[in-house]
Amino acid sequence: MTNSLLQAQNISLAIDGKQILQNINLQIDAKRIVTLIGPNGAGKTTLVKIVLGLLAPSAGKVNLRNNLRIGYMPQRLHVDNSMPISVQKFLHLAVRAKPELIEKVLDEVKAAHLLHSQIHSLSGGELQRVLLARSLIQDPELLVLDEPVQGVDINGQAELYALIASIRDSHQCGILIVSHDLHLVMSATDEVICLNQHVCCHGHPEQVSNDPAYLELFGKKQAASLAVYAHHHNHSHSLDGEVVNGEALNGDHSGHDHG
Amino acid sequence: MADFILRALVAGLLVALIAGPLGCFVVWRRMAYFGDTLAHSALLGISFGILIDINLQFSVILACLVIALLLFSMESRHHLATDTILGILAHSSLAVGLVILSFTDANMDLMAYLFGDLLTVTNRDLMWIAAGVITALIILVLSWNQLLTITLHQELAQAEGLNVGRMRLLLMLLIATVIALSMKVVGMLLITSLMIIPPASVRNFSNSPEKMAFFASLVGCLAVCGGLLASFYLDTPSGPSIVVSAAVLFMLSSAIKNR
Repeated sequence: MTNSLLQAQNISLAIDGKQILQNINLQIDAKRIVTLIGPNGAGKTTLVKIVLGLLAPSAGKVNLRNNLRIGYMPQRLHVDNSMPISVQKFLHLAVRAKPELIEKVLDEVKAAHLLHSQIHSLSGGELQRVLLARSLIQDPELLVLDEPVQGVDINGQAELYALIASIRDSHQCGILIVSHDLHLVMSATDEVICLNQHVCCHGHPEQVSNDPAYLELFGKKQAASLAVYAHHHNHSHSLDGEVVNGEALNGDHSGHDHG
Repeated sequence: MADFILRALVAGLLVALIAGPLGCFVVWRRMAYFGDTLAHSALLGISFGILIDINLQFSVILACLVIALLLFSMESRHHLATDTILGILAHSSLAVGLVILSFTDANMDLMAYLFGDLLTVTNRDLMWIAAGVITALIILVLSWNQLLTITLHQELAQAEGLNVGRMRLLLMLLIATVIALSMKVVGMLLITSLMIIPPASVRNFSNSPEKMAFFASLVGCLAVCGGLLASFYLDTPSGPSIVVSAAVLFMLSSAIKNR
């Protein structure tokens, strides 16, 4: 219990009579990575906003450890083209960060060379790294990452997740990741929470990937995404990233045509 | 040089000084139509001010604020696009202003308010403008980084502890103030151009928000000088001449950039 950074208890939210979240329990401990996964519209980002205190739940409460330093990486940064701003200035705005600190966090996300680049000139992957760097500026004890690999190509996604796992080790922080794809997050995750308005199932990644509730929610979609790669590879990946031969693990291939 | 020209020049330069940096936010946040709506509601402020006999600058600021607050409450209650609501507010407030004006027996020159009347600026006007511009500049400089942060990413700013609602209100108040101050200079129909054209002209020559703001002030001042010169030698109306010279500067800057 002493390790707990954040506990959300019985969180519910209804807007205009429409139930968005129902009775959610969530705990994040130091040095653990928790992944929140669910289809579009499942309420993942809403739950993140409640956890961050940006939105008040209709019922339930969020308990944070005293003076908890939280680093937040929003889903996507859209800077209007009319605004000229360098990576350095963008990172400086966080908490009037000093130049040395800015260089340190950029170095950590392996983007030191971007210091003087304009935000507009960055690729999707570079922009996500810069956002990640900003979330590290206050040396967070809890990192909240909302879809950190959005707009990043497949290779970059794996790299980014490896980077996130290494940040957990170097900062000894707890991390909450939001994702709509369990496939890549799997290897870096200690616990998965499968959300669709309510918590469908949760637990260790392996455990969740075999849970009937998970299969019902994701089975078909996962199978479909695996089918794409079946054309290029003579192996597939198990859900925690290891190479296995032949069929994927989901076990729901029956009745699904790969055509 | 005649006194009235000198007063006109100082008033114009003062307004251009604040309109540039503030206009940058109007451009970055895509608030051009919002500025236009506030400018339209300025006439409502004028006629109301005449009706109950209070200071006109003050009543203009008041009217702008009321309209801005109305916009916020309408945005959350109606399922209409923001530009539709802005259109409703802009033209209703203008029309209501004109109707109220017909009830007063003021024998006023409407054209002066619509297109400005820089050459009739009195010492008293000048004092008001100077006090207003200096106050607004100080507030803008002090809150510059916070305003940049909410412009870049609202939720990120909120998560980092900024009071986003208060900053947005502050920005609105500043825009309303500048509109009230520039009434005499270019008039309500042309005010937005003084905020938008200078930043737009210098976007391509700036690599930081601060440089863009500084250059915008400079271009605004040049436009005021050019417009007044034209007005003096060619006997053209001063407000429109200033906007024409700003437009010429914009075209020049595009030409230089494309070379």
